[in-house]
Amino acid sequence: MTALVRHRGHPAYWAFLLHRLSGLLLALFLPAHFLVLGLALDEGAAFGAFIAWSEQPLVKLSEWLLLLALALHLTGGLRLLALEFLPWSERQKALLAASFGGAALFGAGFLFALV
Amino acid sequence: MTRDGDDLRVRVWRGGTDGAFQDFRVPHRPDQTVLDVVTWIQRHLAPGLAYRFACRVGMCGSCAMTVNGRPRWTCRSHVADVANGGRLDIEPLANLPIIRDLVADLTPFFEKWQGARGRFVPSAGRGDPTAAIAPSEPRRRQADLAVECINCAVCYAACDVVAWNGDYLGPAALNRAWVAFNDRRDGAPEELLRAVAGDAGCHGCHSQQSCSRHCPNELDPSRSIAGLKRAGLPAWLRGGDGL
Ligand code: SF4
Ligand code: SF4
Ligand code: FES
Repeated sequence: MTALVRHRGHPAYWAFLLHRLSGLLLALFLPAHFLVLGLALDEGAAFGAFIAWSEQPLVKLSEWLLLLALALHLTGGLRLLALEFLPWSERQKALLAASFGGAALFGAGFLFALV
Repeated sequence: MTRDGDDLRVRVWRGGTDGAFQDFRVPHRPDQTVLDVVTWIQRHLAPGLAYRFACRVGMCGSCAMTVNGRPRWTCRSHVADVANGGRLDIEPLANLPIIRDLVADLTPFFEKWQGARGRFVPSAGRGDPTAAIAPSEPRRRQADLAVECINCAVCYAACDVVAWNGDYLGPAALNRAWVAFNDRRDGAPEELLRAVAGDAGCHGCHSQQSCSRHCPNELDPSRSIAGLKRAGLPAWLRGGDGL
């Protein structure tokens, strides 16, 4: 474990890691998303069955995690755009906090919408 | 915490890439630096130990090693600050070939300085008047923020993109290019932007900021690289070749 952390134990690196992992997760999820959307168009019954299946708590939880990943990826991307296109700010930590804060708000909001 | 008088337990890398750690016990002294520890081992226990240093005051950039997993300048890293319960693991810098023991081969590092066109291209001749650049000029200020690099390669060893892409120019070379770019006497800024564009250049950087985190001179190569990315944009929009 310590061998993995080494020089990487600082917030900007965690932000990079979260951005990469959430991006991968979303890329994996997208084909499934389009598949289900396709069902809604062509096979109403199968789509209905899927919607019923998706009411289970565990599916709901993973839905929320996915939304959180989307929020993290979005705010993380905005942070990178700010960092690369706006004049450099010494307040890198504030920028990080803002992007995580945005994602957390989004996640909390969706949690309330779910329950 | 380490107390004076207690022995430090030090593991030092011996051999090349397929080498191994060798254990040593070294007396702990007040105000001892990691470089002092390495020197003590070489003088008293392992005369064949290879390592590099010159100035011992943080000027020359030759003493960098991996200490407890982090790249550091060893001459100004105090044992009291970096030892972990009296233990020190000392290895050569990462992301570079190992010559022997604690000596990394810096050839690729310096070749990349050349690759990033890290040298000055004059725009005036001997007969021209000296350019007067006020310290307050904005571009001079940008250069000032990045110029105090001692070529220690600590940032290079801390950067994962360097580890992932062998061609990546790395934080120090790109930081140097940013200094040259902000020198308005430089005669070939477009050529410079071309040298640092692309995946092996500034656009390969993921803004992980490990370079800025670990630079012993508190430079911010990450900021310089963001500056290069921005500087390349208008030239690219104008249709600059190879940008
Ligand atoms: S900011 Fe860029 S150059 Fe610096 S460590 Fe990160 S990836 Fe490497
Ligand atoms: S930028 Fe900092 S860490 Fe990198 S070589 Fe220069 S002084 Fe060393
Ligand atoms: S010996 Fe010169 S910087 Fe450490």
